[in-house]
Amino acid sequence: MSEIHFREMASKSWLNFLTFLCGSAIGFVLCSQLFSILLGEQGDTQPDILHNDPHARHADDNGQNHLEGQMNFNADSSQHKDENTDIAENLYQKVKILCWVMTGPQNLEKKAKHVKATWAQRCNKVLFMSSEEDKDFPAVGLKTREGRDQLYWKTIKAFQYVHDHYLEDADWFMKADDDTYVILENLRWLLSKYNPEEPIYFGRRFKPYVKQGYMSGGAGYVLSKEALKRFVDAFKTDKCTHSSSIEDLALGRCMEIINVEAGDSRDTIGKETFHPFVPEHHLIRGYLPRTFWYWNYNYYPPVEGPGCCSDLAVSFHYVDPTTMYELEYLVYHLRPYGYLYRYQPALPENIRKEVSRDYKKEDPKVK
Amino acid sequence: MLSESSSFLKGMMLGSIFCALITMLGHIRIGHGDRRHQHKHHHLQAPNKEDILKISQDERMELSKSFRVYCIILVKPKDVSLWAAVRETWTKHCDKAEFFSSENVKVFESINMETDDMWLMMRKAYKYAFDKYRDQYNWFFLARPTMFAIMENLKYFLLKKDPSQPFYLGHTIKSGDLEYVSVEGGIVLSIESMKRLNSLLGIPEKCPEQGGMIWKISEDKQLAVCLKYAGVFAENAEDSEGKDVFNTKSVGLFIKEAMSNHPNLVVEGCCSDMAVTFNGLTPNQMHVMMYGVYRLRAFGHIFHDALVFLPPNGSDN
Repeated sequence: MSEIHFREMASKSWLNFLTFLCGSAIGFVLCSQLFSILLGEQGDTQPDILHNDPHARHADDNGQNHLEGQMNFNADSSQHKDENTDIAENLYQKVKILCWVMTGPQNLEKKAKHVKATWAQRCNKVLFMSSEEDKDFPAVGLKTREGRDQLYWKTIKAFQYVHDHYLEDADWFMKADDDTYVILENLRWLLSKYNPEEPIYFGRRFKPYVKQGYMSGGAGYVLSKEALKRFVDAFKTDKCTHSSSIEDLALGRCMEIINVEAGDSRDTIGKETFHPFVPEHHLIRGYLPRTFWYWNYNYYPPVEGPGCCSDLAVSFHYVDPTTMYELEYLVYHLRPYGYLYRYQPALPENIRKEVSRDYKKEDPKVK
Repeated sequence: MLSESSSFLKGMMLGSIFCALITMLGHIRIGHGDRRHQHKHHHLQAPNKEDILKISQDERMELSKSFRVYCIILVKPKDVSLWAAVRETWTKHCDKAEFFSSENVKVFESINMETDDMWLMMRKAYKYAFDKYRDQYNWFFLARPTMFAIMENLKYFLLKKDPSQPFYLGHTIKSGDLEYVSVEGGIVLSIESMKRLNSLLGIPEKCPEQGGMIWKISEDKQLAVCLKYAGVFAENAEDSEGKDVFNTKSVGLFIKEAMSNHPNLVVEGCCSDMAVTFNGLTPNQMHVMMYGVYRLRAFGHIFHDALVFLPPNGSDN
């Protein structure tokens, strides 16, 4: 009888033991879940308290743990306070540029909008040229159709419109696409050496088909006032033909006929300033395959790698909206503090005289 | 029946107590040094704008040379293409840069840490750097090869900071009680922090080689725990507008986020003008950043800076 009792007891305590183990396992798991929720990673904490208050971030510690002083420096309360834009402003007045951007109704919101938000504001005057008028954007209606084969016709009409309405408002007239990024200050520096009454135009010079070369459409090109006058006149007098499906080539042919010089847009050490692609395509050796058309088109010896591009680059092409803003950030915002750039080009002679007059009033140690 | 349920309950209680104990122990190890040491930071006043104009070029150069930054880049064989890009680009602007790798890699010069574990690599690298260069450099910057760093902006950021104070700077993250500098944004230590860190590296109770009790803790957290024992606390680095200067993402990613979050203020809302680091770059993007930061600019914008940095030798940017 005691045996049976014993066995009963044994099985009972075995069952008890099992339930005990189950309980402890469940308890452990529940508890660890609870703790992981309570003490979970809070991720990045952006200090949302004013940074001028040295004790704000540690308000919940006891007094012993406060960091005295704070992180932010007072050297300049705003990034651009140390910035002197006198020369850029001076050039803005001296070298007036009207920009017109080739776009279309489908691309106003997709592409042209980002041009408007970035570099377009730095033109002395900017116009967005579309086949249809858009009063809100605003965009000029050229009353053409859309499409690649219409590009030259749109170009002719656009330059005509600019000539008829804004000829006296600018010295130079730039054409760009809605996926071109332009650095206006560098364009002004380039053009400041030239007289807008001369018949000349600048861009990324290509060599085939036209003896003096022609300028790539996508990289943008800029006509002097005299060049614009002659171009518009050429269609009235039938010196140039209206029909062509290759805009930049046709324009280049016309320029040669009307004796407008194809200028050399390279900087003072021979580096290209207008670029038919984004920086990455030019800077990375081997990015553009050797068989690519580009290598045979360039008027001057083409360079890949860091030598491809001037520090004072004027334009890049095939720039998507994200890259527009990235370039805007890299050119106008991010900079290496105190850095003396390797390439320090001289100010154009006429500007230098004016600027030194202004600077004599300031600290003579400032160069 | 009753006895079973009671033993179940007893089991649950014991399980939870056991679990709580383990978690507490884990956290005590992390939070232990909290109230031990006083930490005071002495901030040097940066020269203000008028004073800057009065300082001569020579004096500015002297001031600029007083910041000596040693760069530690932790690499593994799989990082080879990034390693090459980093070696050719921004590290040339460090006063000295050395690569610490898990194993020897042909053609690439590096200091072999002979371990695959990131925390062990980090410890050994810091020890090596301190033992060899304690007298030559006053700031130590640790990075991964996916990062792009602008040394000039780092030095500008350090302008008011005395390296004989215990600084531990970067992009901070809070994890429970612990605030640590994320390795993804780069870690900056002053010589004083290096000294304190190195005095603890030999003490396994404070600075163990195997940190977590049950699961592995990331190397940047382990560093923070170790430094906390020495009274060195993480500080988030920001510019005068409160924007992070050490970034764990690339410019492109910031721009994409800005375009969807605040499309009317994309560039202004993006990143600091004085950013020091970006992360998540491809080798090609490193070269584009070098051009975009150190060369491409708009003519006619001039800055009156308190510091002067010359382009380094052996580089054409």
